[in-house]
Amino acid sequence: MREQLKALHFNQSGGLRAMAFPQPKLQAPQLPQHLLRTLDCKQGAVRAVRFNADGNYLLSCGSDKSLRLWSVSRGTLLKSYSGHGYEVLDADGSYDNSQLCSCSSDKTVILWDVATGQVVRKLRGHAGKVNCVQFNEEATVMISGSIDGSVRCWDTRSRRPEPIQILDEARDGVSSIKVSEHELLTGSVDGRVRRYDLRMGQMHADFIDSPITCVCFSQDGQCTLSSSLDSTVRLLDKSTGELLGEYTGHKNTGYKLDCCLSNKDTHVLSCSEDGHVYYWDLVEGSLSLKLLVGKAVVQSLSFHPTEPCLLTAMEGHVQVWGAEPEDTVKEEPTETDA
Amino acid sequence: MASDSDSEEDFVTYGTPLEPLDEDEPLRKPIPIQDQTVKDEKGRFKRFHGAFTGGFSAGYFNTVGTKEGWAPSTFLSSRKQKAEKQMARPEDFMDEEDLGEHGIAPREITTTDDFASGRRDQIRDKARAISSLTAPIPGDNVLEDLVAPARTSVGVELLKKMGWKEGQGVGPRMKRKPAKQKTDAGAKVYGLPPKGSEESEEEEDEYVPENVTFAPKDVTPIDFTPKDDLHGLGYRGLNPQQALMGGSGAGHLNLFTMDSDRARSLLGDCGPRNRRSGGVTGQAFGVGAMEEEDADIYHRDALSNYDAVLGGEEPGDGLFGWTAPQQYSRRKKASEKDAAYLGKILEGFTLAANSKDTKTIYPPPTLPRDYRPVHYFRPVLDLASVSPQVALALQASVGHMTQDSQPKGRHQLDSSQRGELLGESSLQGPTSVFDLLDSKDRERLVGMRRAAEGRPSTERTPEDRRAAIVAAGVAAAAARASSQHALASHSLPTATEQTLSVWSSPAARSAHTFKPFEGNAHKQARYDMYISKLKQGDKDPLECSLDPGMTEWERGRERDEFVRAAMLYKPSSSSLSNRFTSAKTEDDGNTVEVPRDQEGDVDDKQAAVKMKMFGKLTRDTFEWHPDKLLCKRFNIPHPYPGSGFVGLPKIKRDKFSVFNFLTLTDSNSAMGGRTEAPSQSVPTAQHGAPKPAEATKRSRWDMTTAASEGKDPLSEFLSVARSEASSLQQGPSGQEATAPTADPPAESKAEQQQKEEEEEEEEEESRPPMDLFKAIFASSSDEKSSSSSEGESEEEEEVGVEQAGPQTLVPPNTGTNPPAPPAPPTPTATPVQQEVKSSPGQSGSAAVPPRGHKPEEEEFGPRLPPPSYPWTERLSSSMSSAKEEKHKKKCKEKHKAKKEHKHKKDKKHKKKHKKHKHKGKQQQQQKKKNKKVEEEGGSSSSDGSADSGSDTDDGPGALSTEELLKRLKTLGGKKM
Repeated sequence: MREQLKALHFNQSGGLRAMAFPQPKLQAPQLPQHLLRTLDCKQGAVRAVRFNADGNYLLSCGSDKSLRLWSVSRGTLLKSYSGHGYEVLDADGSYDNSQLCSCSSDKTVILWDVATGQVVRKLRGHAGKVNCVQFNEEATVMISGSIDGSVRCWDTRSRRPEPIQILDEARDGVSSIKVSEHELLTGSVDGRVRRYDLRMGQMHADFIDSPITCVCFSQDGQCTLSSSLDSTVRLLDKSTGELLGEYTGHKNTGYKLDCCLSNKDTHVLSCSEDGHVYYWDLVEGSLSLKLLVGKAVVQSLSFHPTEPCLLTAMEGHVQVWGAEPEDTVKEEPTETDA
Repeated sequence: MASDSDSEEDFVTYGTPLEPLDEDEPLRKPIPIQDQTVKDEKGRFKRFHGAFTGGFSAGYFNTVGTKEGWAPSTFLSSRKQKAEKQMARPEDFMDEEDLGEHGIAPREITTTDDFASGRRDQIRDKARAISSLTAPIPGDNVLEDLVAPARTSVGVELLKKMGWKEGQGVGPRMKRKPAKQKTDAGAKVYGLPPKGSEESEEEEDEYVPENVTFAPKDVTPIDFTPKDDLHGLGYRGLNPQQALMGGSGAGHLNLFTMDSDRARSLLGDCGPRNRRSGGVTGQAFGVGAMEEEDADIYHRDALSNYDAVLGGEEPGDGLFGWTAPQQYSRRKKASEKDAAYLGKILEGFTLAANSKDTKTIYPPPTLPRDYRPVHYFRPVLDLASVSPQVALALQASVGHMTQDSQPKGRHQLDSSQRGELLGESSLQGPTSVFDLLDSKDRERLVGMRRAAEGRPSTERTPEDRRAAIVAAGVAAAAARASSQHALASHSLPTATEQTLSVWSSPAARSAHTFKPFEGNAHKQARYDMYISKLKQGDKDPLECSLDPGMTEWERGRERDEFVRAAMLYKPSSSSLSNRFTSAKTEDDGNTVEVPRDQEGDVDDKQAAVKMKMFGKLTRDTFEWHPDKLLCKRFNIPHPYPGSGFVGLPKIKRDKFSVFNFLTLTDSNSAMGGRTEAPSQSVPTAQHGAPKPAEATKRSRWDMTTAASEGKDPLSEFLSVARSEASSLQQGPSGQEATAPTADPPAESKAEQQQKEEEEEEEEEESRPPMDLFKAIFASSSDEKSSSSSEGESEEEEEVGVEQAGPQTLVPPNTGTNPPAPPAPPTPTATPVQQEVKSSPGQSGSAAVPPRGHKPEEEEFGPRLPPPSYPWTERLSSSMSSAKEEKHKKKCKEKHKAKKEHKHKKDKKHKKKHKKHKHKGKQQQQQKKKNKKVEEEGGSSSSDGSADSGSDTDDGPGALSTEELLKRLKTLGGKKM
């Protein structure tokens, strides 16, 4: 086993070359482990919690069919978006904060206008509930993945009711989607992580064998992170598909739980069914922090795009975690606001 | 003008004729204007653009080219290919509508200015005249005319080169003759008579030198001014300018221009004569002092001034070329004059005195009836040396086939061949005496012949010799006949005979026939006739049934087709045909599209995953074509610019291959858990899986078999686990995160039971090989062939109708995975229900939800956690208001009620299944388990009410088999 691990490290060195290595001394304080505030969303179970593009706001997807927009720094509810027919499962904000997209069990994908709260477009076409949705970089396309095994690319520019393209390669439900500049990353219950490279015109399917619950790109775009129902989070090299790291210890056997990377790719984070958020050191693969959130399942988490700030969702609550305790952090938002 | 009956067929019709009015039919209401629509050539509603509808429209409804609007042109420039500078012309932004006849830039073939006739544009002239009148300096555009660019049309230039001058007529120069047509023209002139000046003119004209020729008078072209007023024909209203101011010499106000007058004006030869001398004249003003006559002052219009007959005028009015030609066609001298139009004759040439005879055109010879305009090169073909197929093809291509490569002379043919040529049907039965002989006898005969040949003839008796000769002759004839038969068997005449013999058989009489030419009704009718003739036993059915109006070539082709069709659709098959109805629509979708590239073997990958050898082994790379628009939206150049499709490349596969369906059901059932019964598999496969399964793709079923085959280590683990269960629970090595606090012995018991069940499950899960399924599916019987399928059918029934649409499930357990529960799909449309359903379990016991063994809350793939847990209820209750608590209590009560209901339901299910005499072992076990769990949950919840902490810890404490297995795995890993 140890030899294997060593071999893995060798592999890592190849794959992680391009990553920005942070100063190890600064790592420890940077982990968001202090509870800054808890938002009682009052929208049933919060199915997903997401930062917006700049990290100042958060979106909570409720099982009471509503989508809510909150201010992270103040913890106040800004707007509630209702229009879905069943619980909202995922949401994303556009780069310019002008639009939101959300998907729901009612098989629809909705494009929202942030300011007015109106439904700009309601897109029907999926045959089952829609698990995940993402904007592309310029918010010109919404990509949604559904339990029906298809990924659909919806045009936000035209009024066309049909998707631009349907990616039906998955042989089981699509549980997670990420979009980069020119790539689509999809994780499917058929145990495969598929990466569609638009620029190369290729589709790479990495076989993981266990149903995928969440996929992520690393911040540098060189690696893909995938969590699966065998309670393992794997870091794969994007170009070759080689395993760079494997992170275990948490529990993820039944639920669709999120995983993510920290803002500087230093740590791998994953929800767990035992009420913790697990932090692993990305390179070493060792568990660096086990953050107790509550006693129920931590369903969703989202890492701030630039700062060490974490959102977790457990049942009807959203927790905001920061690297430093409340009083010191309080100054920061004023700085960022200014 | 032409009233001749002969000429009626020369009429040219324009436009669409009106529908003939039916007297009986009630008058249809005309469509009101607001309902009338105009469509353009593409069927779109045409929009009339104008002041009210909004002006310029280009392309796609006020956008350009595309639906989305402007298609931005991409700038591409590389070292190899330098970008060319693109200059957009206005035409680039126009569509066909703009370039059309009525568009802003019509594109038609028109005469350019260079070739335009020199005739002035009347409209422009008028406009110019008006502008000249209104201009500050009247006549200032006279100057313009003077300065007009010297541009004459080609015709004019050519004429000028031939010596023509402007103002002259075209034609041979002629001597001015004193006698003119004036007299008869003048007869019709009313109003003021010609003046003296005219006479003097004529007198002047009479002074003509003998040898001077004049150019003919210029012909002013007839002006076809459209009649745009409401006056009668030929009526011209009073021109106030002319009448009051006594305009340019036009004294007589002639409201009617007579035909001849008009003609003259058209021809322009009336110019000088009509010029009045000036002064006020006209009927209205009486006779002036200057006038000499007073005859016609008070002119009353008489009918005699009008023509009563159309075309009654004599043909001297120079209208040749403008009216119907018949009345002039009688003029024979015209032909003589025609030559004179050549004008200036080249030096050294004179006009021919008598014209050449017109070329007589003889009608083409009438073709013989059986002439075929196709020449075939008869291939010199040795049929023996070529394969029969080739020979057949060759003969078919030749059509009317000659029987032999070298046509024999008449005398070389034997009687049967000649008979064949004559179209006689050959006699049925043995062709020669030889055929009647026994083989032994034949051998004997041959032997005798050989002996006769070998022996000198001296010994023979005449009888012998004769017999030998007879035998030889018979043999030769037989040989020839057989060879001939072999040769002719492919040829058409024999084919016709064959068809004749087949179709005239009594079996064919009643048989329903195929209709090979159903597309062409006439052809089918002819074919039917041919068939009926065949049935009657007609000798030459083809000739009678073919259309005599067709060309010989067509007939020949059709003849071949009919014979071939008759051969193909023989009555033997037509007896079958009445069992089938012909398809109404053509079904050419015999193929389905299948992804070209297929993923590699799953087993290998699983092995690789087990060994953590990610990389090449687990990666498949496919060519994938994104949509053009997607690339555009992503701001990425399309990777395959010329690609015509989207997605993974696909190939056509035969749709109706049995094995397609087999694998389809496999994969589908894999997707749907193990819940497929063979009887249902095909329909669900058809609607459930939009893309067909790959033939070679291993499904998860196969994996389970593979896993069960290689399950031995796993079962070993299980047995180990059984022994070590307690120790494991006390100190679970890997996951110490949640320590079980509930009493271990009870739990271990439960677990053991569970494990046992698990094992049994697994035993049941072990599948028979694929062949068995194929056999089952192939036989299409609903019988359950093995016990393994029974469990499925149980579940199948439970799931039943809900299974619709492409639903996805937790994949069934594989070798690496802990045995996942059989996951019957629940309808995706009822998540709320699921929640409600799932919540009682939570309220009952916290241990249940994470395990996901309860069938009622099973979902596909990773599930969503339940909305809330009991402890949070308490937590929130502490925080939230009492009102909320009440609500939750209500909910709880509801859930309880539901739970009870469910119990009842379960019981019902059980009863039902017993009734159905299904074993349902697995399910029952599951139910037992569920019951137990629920009981457990109930007890624990009661515990939980006592202390909050132990409640949730119960969850992981009541260890799921999955977790146990995982631990085992880690154990195994460590051992390894």
